[in-house]
Amino acid sequence: MTVATEIELQSFVLLRLGERRFAVSAKQIAELVAPSRVFRFPHKTPKLEGVILRRGRIVPVCDVSEILLGKRLTSRRFYLIAVRNYGTQREWVAVPVTGECELINVEMMSASESDAPHVAGWLSHDGDVIEVLNLDTLTPGPAHPLTESAVLHTAEVHS
Amino acid sequence: MRLASSVKPGTAKTEQIILFRVSGQLFAVSSASVQEVRGADSMSGAAVEISAPGIRKVQQVVRRGDRSLFIVNGAMHFGLHAAEGTLIFVLRKTRTALLIDGIEKMTTMTRLQALPQSFCHEERQWYRGLTALDQSVVPVVSPEGFLSPEELNLLDAALLQADTNAAGEIEETNSAQ
Repeated sequence: MTVATEIELQSFVLLRLGERRFAVSAKQIAELVAPSRVFRFPHKTPKLEGVILRRGRIVPVCDVSEILLGKRLTSRRFYLIAVRNYGTQREWVAVPVTGECELINVEMMSASESDAPHVAGWLSHDGDVIEVLNLDTLTPGPAHPLTESAVLHTAEVHS
Repeated sequence: MRLASSVKPGTAKTEQIILFRVSGQLFAVSSASVQEVRGADSMSGAAVEISAPGIRKVQQVVRRGDRSLFIVNGAMHFGLHAAEGTLIFVLRKTRTALLIDGIEKMTTMTRLQALPQSFCHEERQWYRGLTALDQSVVPVVSPEGFLSPEELNLLDAALLQADTNAAGEIEETNSAQ
């Protein structure tokens, strides 16, 4: 007799920030683009560097490395353009990453209550346990004005 | 996937704007919002000093009949390096006279994009939105965003206090004479 187990595979984009890898649901990713000129102007929102122009759209650039790694990225190879939810509204946000990204299909383990708010879940890939990011809490916005108290969290556990 | 349109409704028509600099940073303002452009020296001659707690960006006020115009230092407002302003924009339907470095040019804006929601602090009051011009992005300032109602109340209170002090001094001088 065989027991059928239902495994719900989901698509994720693996991204690299420094030496660490993180994942974002593929549904949230618009595209991966080469770095372009960042236009800066005065503002008071932490973690926002400025904006880039992409296909006629003005996209804010949000560096999440300081929250996730505790330090700013010294090099960046791409901008991962993700869709950020603001209530019922959706907008693009560009996240600088240091390496190429990879699309994988795996099962996600749900986050627990003890996980940081920016953790949407966990997944296992290539012997690593990788943090799935919740960009809605990781990047600033009216519902979640980003504060310096954002938790630095261990994301990748090497087994 | 459908994304919310970030173009403000009704902004398809063109709008005349003035590009200006504050501490080297480029900004835009609707030309319809600018009532007058004056040299800083000519305006400062008629200005009196004012000091309101917590509002360092306003140090002078100009009286025009029963109306007071507060001269806002643009560099201090935006948190930029202090620069010596040379021009003043008197902004229509406000009590703000904005001190700037200079005018870059006048041009036409065809599209005003709302400030992305990621920007969630004071800048939402500062700017009407952003516009792309010549492969560059320029913030379009909101004339009402330079002085909040709370700041105007504090400035009015400081002005009243200054008037009371001046009246007291005149009375003392007259008594002495």
